[in-house]
Parts: sequence; structure tokens; C-alpha cells
Amino acid sequence: MNLAIVANVVIQGVLTGLVYGLMALGLSVIFGVVRVVNFAHGEFAVVAMYAAYLLFVTLGLDPIVALLPIAAAFFLIGYVLQTVLINRFVGRAEHEQFILLVGLAIVIVNGLLMIFGPDARPTNLSYSFDSYAIGPLFVDKARVYAAVGALVVAAALFGFFRYTATGTAIRACADNLTGAAVVGLDIRRLYALTFGLGLACVGAAGALMVPIADASPLLSQAFTLLAFTIVIIGGLGSMAGALVGGVAIGVSEALASFFTAPSMKSMFSFALLVAVLVLRPHGLMGRRT
Amino acid sequence: MDRKSQRNSARVSRRAVAVGLGAGAVVGGLAPFNILRAQSAALKIAVVLPRSGYLAPAGQSCHRGALIAPKVLADYGYKVDLVHIDCESNADIARTQTERAIDDGAQAIVGAFDSASTLAMAQVCEQRQVPLIVNVGAAPQLTEQGYKFLVRNFPTGGMLVNNGLRLIKDLLDATKLDAKTAVFLHANDTFGTAQRAAMDKLFPTAGLPFTLLDSIAYDPKAQDLSVEVTKVRSLNPDLLLVVTRAADAIKLVRDMVRQRFEPKGLVSPGSPGLYDEEFYQALGPLSDYAIYNIPWANPKAQMTHALEAAYTPANPTFRFAVECFNVGFTFEALLVAAAAFKAAGTANGPELMKAVRATNIADHVMIGPPIRFDEKGQNVGIPSAVVQNRNKTPTVTLPADVATAAPVLPMPGWQGRT
Repeated sequence: MNLAIVANVVIQGVLTGLVYGLMALGLSVIFGVVRVVNFAHGEFAVVAMYAAYLLFVTLGLDPIVALLPIAAAFFLIGYVLQTVLINRFVGRAEHEQFILLVGLAIVIVNGLLMIFGPDARPTNLSYSFDSYAIGPLFVDKARVYAAVGALVVAAALFGFFRYTATGTAIRACADNLTGAAVVGLDIRRLYALTFGLGLACVGAAGALMVPIADASPLLSQAFTLLAFTIVIIGGLGSMAGALVGGVAIGVSEALASFFTAPSMKSMFSFALLVAVLVLRPHGLMGRRT
Repeated sequence: MDRKSQRNSARVSRRAVAVGLGAGAVVGGLAPFNILRAQSAALKIAVVLPRSGYLAPAGQSCHRGALIAPKVLADYGYKVDLVHIDCESNADIARTQTERAIDDGAQAIVGAFDSASTLAMAQVCEQRQVPLIVNVGAAPQLTEQGYKFLVRNFPTGGMLVNNGLRLIKDLLDATKLDAKTAVFLHANDTFGTAQRAAMDKLFPTAGLPFTLLDSIAYDPKAQDLSVEVTKVRSLNPDLLLVVTRAADAIKLVRDMVRQRFEPKGLVSPGSPGLYDEEFYQALGPLSDYAIYNIPWANPKAQMTHALEAAYTPANPTFRFAVECFNVGFTFEALLVAAAAFKAAGTANGPELMKAVRATNIADHVMIGPPIRFDEKGQNVGIPSAVVQNRNKTPTVTLPADVATAAPVLPMPGWQGRT
């Protein structure tokens, strides 16, 4: 077996997995604090992909650069959505939250289909077909840029939660909601900020996906399922776990494709999910509850 | 009124009644054959196609063929009334929409580009005794499961691969390419797996001068094909044989370029993807030199010219040269239904189907002999041509008697093409 080829496969898996991880990070942050599972997560990622596509087509803005305005816009959307709609459902039965967000997902997908149609929209960037040659390895530039972007965004988010007063307050809400309320924190505002941050992550991840994959409404369900798989493997509510889960899925899919049949790669992701649920139900980096 | 006029009136009235009865008898006598009705009425055909979903590009291309068909058919003396239905690339929806179309009065069904959807529709058409004319769909089981109300004017996967492999041999001879190895990469949908089965069966006896190193299935909905390409690259074949759809063909070439994988030839033994407008637009010059061995429109046929004349003004943003495969086969399926209706003189399912099975149409669009169906409902006489992308346009390169350019292999490297 050619080790260089295997190394190439692993590198591709790691790079793609980091972007997956950033997407799942948003889901994990929202659930970890607000305790609402965003079933429209993949749909928001696809909306971000279309936003990046449009910014490229109309203004020539590279998706890596477009990440900033898209993430900012998604933060606002998330903030408003939580304030106007989702706050009403916090604390209500889980099936009501589920129906609300699934309904939202259906509206988004059908809206995209009506506006853009079913065809995939490729974004032909100047580096779309370029790669770095490192000895016998070929690493695509698009994947490298996307992965670096994902790491930077994730680091910024970690920094925000660790070193800012608002981030600390949000963590306090996640750790002890009653205690946070007792000390006078504005829970509803913090929830809105958290949902905004979660959607900003999804917006950034969607923009970073554009150099790797073509925008299509049909990706949304796969993205939602992927994000769920990643956060369950990494540990629901764990930010580091989301990135670790993303890389685990990226690498396992890549290796499964290489050593078995590519069409069977999803089977290995779900086998990994089942194994984690059986052996470590709280995920690789989640806390026991 | 006087008595004379009353008598005249009565006499005229009796004559009128007699004439009326006579006419009624003639019409009534002809009624079982429905000749009068058929000549004045149009056949109501439901055209079921995947106009959305992952097969949408090809489905919409077929749809454009269906949209111009009534006008062209009318010029040839056929009357059809079409109902256009989107099955959303989903076999369950294809089944329920077919059922609904028949409930709403569809007398024949045409569709559905995708074998899985067509199989689902075939069950409904069989139960309801409504003819189903397959425009595009290569899975062998369509004509192997004994359906009485189905015909297919499209090659089976086996025919496509058989014709395609035979033409690869001609292609290697024509270009004097020394190819020793190949890898077969295919989508794992119904069409792709049928092609794989045909390949497994036919390749060992095809007498080709190269070895098949591996056959690799991939998910056509995958976000990228980087690992698949890495896997093929690790085998370093001279030829990459592919069965793709449009979206995954783009991903395939994109990852081949990124990984600087340059086989001597990228050849499809019979599948879509490499000649879709989406493919040319996404890849530009990188789309050139890909080869596909498939049936193609006959540029010398009078009906092809008529179809192109109707297509071009109706679709100014699309090219007939690119779409003639989907447009041509969809038109021909409608032609088969319309001609059978004219011959049968009735839209009654069993009688219409009898006429469909007796089809013999010499003047048609695609390259090949007259359209005829065997006892299974399969047109076994559809040949393939070697078509190569040149300047982002499908160009017939073999057989030599219909070729407009000579084939080029090995294909030039990716560098310098962007």
C-alpha cells in the first residue's frame, strides 16, 4: 500500500472535517446554552452557501472574505429569531420545539428551491482547481483555506467564551440557569446572543463550504444530519467536542471511502455514531449528566 | 299551415329522420374503431420527468424537448395534448403522480429519464392498462419483468455498455492509443449499478486490449469526489471509464485537476454527465476531450432539422447540439405514442398498446434503423456514436461515416487549459 496516498486521504479528511466541525459547533453552542435543538441547522448552512455564492457572483467577493459579513448577518438573524420566535418555545415540550424548527427548515428549503431552483451552483474561484504539491502529496488550496478559516473562527469563539464578560455570563447560563437568574443575568438576552453566535458559526461554515462544495438546497438535510452526528460523537454541548467530532467524521469517511467502497462511507459514520452511543453515551468530550 | 305544407313538412321530416338514422348508423358502426374521434381529438399524454431534485438538469432538458414536441408533431399530422409533471427525482412521487395523471384522463404516459422512477410508474401503468413509453431509462429490468404496457425506445444498460465497449475498441484503433489498464468509476444509483452489472458481464468478452483494475461505486450526491479520485489515482490507470450524472461529473473533473491526475482518456461507455450544459459552464475548457459513447441525434435526418428549428427559437439560452440526446429521445417517445394513436384510431389502453408494440417508424430523430419493438417492448436497434467534447461542444468523432471530426487521444493535460 502506498502510504503517501493514505496520508493524502487522511489530510483531505482532516481538512473537510474541520469545516464540518465548525458547522456542528453552532449546533452544540445553541443546545449547550438554550437547550433547544436546531433542526434547521443544515438549512441555515445552505442559506449561507447561497449568500456566499451571490456575493461572489455579484461583487466578486471571495467566500473566505465574505465569511465576515455573512457571519455578522447570521448573528443578527439568530438574535432576532431567538427573541421573536424561539424564546416562546424555551421550556416547552420537546416535540413542540422539534415541529417549530422542522417547519422552519421546510420553509427555508422550499424558499431556496423557488428562488434558485434545484441545480447546484458552483463558484469558480481562481484557486478552485489549484493544489499544493508537498512531495507526493497533493492538497487542494480550497480545502486548506476553508480549514484555516474554520480554525480561526473556532478560536475566536473559544476566546469570546473564555475571555469576555458576556461569554462568561453565557457559560454561567449553560452551567446553572437558576444561579445565573438569581445573580441578575438577563437570560433572554443571553439566549438571543447565544442563538446569534450559533447561527454566525453556521454562516461562517456555510461560506467556507462554498470553495469545497457547490451550493444546492438538497445539501441541507445531509448537513443537518451530519451536524447531529458530529455533536453526538463529540459530545452534545461541548465546543471542543464538535471540532473533534468533525475531524473524526471527516477522517473516518475518507478512510472508509478509500479502503472499502466510497458509496459506503456514510455507513461508517453511523457505525461510529452507534459505537459512541453504546460505549460513551455522553460523547468523546461531553460531560456526564 | 295548410294540409299540403303539412304533408311536405311531414315528408321532409321523415326523410330527415331517415337520413339522421342512416348517419347515426354509419357513425355508430364506426364507433368501435373510434376513427372519427381519433382524427379530430388529440391523445392526452402525461410527460413525467425529474424537473427538480438531483436529476433536474437532465429532466429539464427532456422537458424542453416535450414542450416543443406538439408543434413538430402537428406538422407531421399528429395531435397530442401534453400534461407536464415533475416527479422530483423521487420514485414514490413518480408513482403517485402517474396514478393521479391517469385519474385525470391521461391516455398514455411518457417518462421518466430515471430507471427507478420509471419502474415505479410501470407498475401503475400495468394495473391501469395505460401505455408507458420510456424516453430515457437503461435499467434492464424495465423490459425484463414482463410488463405488457411498457415499451422502451432507449438502449438497455447492457446495450449501452456493449455498444460503448465496441466503440472504445474502434476509438483505440482510430487514435492508435496504447492503453493497458483502466478503472471503472460509477454512480451507485439504479442506472449506475445497472451499468456496472453490464460491465461485469460484458467486459471479459469484449476483447479490449486493456485490463480493468477495479470498479468503484460512489454516491452521486456526495459533496465532492476527492477520495474517489485519490483511490483511482493510486491505481494509475491509462483510461478512466465513468458512469456519471451532470453534478458528479463536474466534481469528478474538478478533483482530477486538483490532484493532477491525468489519464490518457476519460471515457464514458454510455452515460450522461459529460455533455450537459452545466458541465461545460462549470468547467470551461477543462470539459474538453471527455468522450462518451452514446446514441446521438442524426444530423442528416429531416426530422432532426425540424426539431432543431422548433427548439432554437423556443430555447435561446440552450444549445440543441448539447441537448439533442435528451430532447431527441423525449420527442421520439411522444412520436411513438402519437403514431400509435393515429394507427389505432383509439385511446383505449389495450388497443393503443397493441398499436404501440406494432410501431415501425423509419423517419425519426436519433441515429439508427426504424423504431421497432421486440416482444419484450425493447427497441434493440439503437446504436451508439463516439462523441467528444471539442470547444465545449459535443462533436461526433466515430463512426467515421457520421463523424464531423477525428477523435483526439491521449487527451491533453489539464495545465494550460484554464
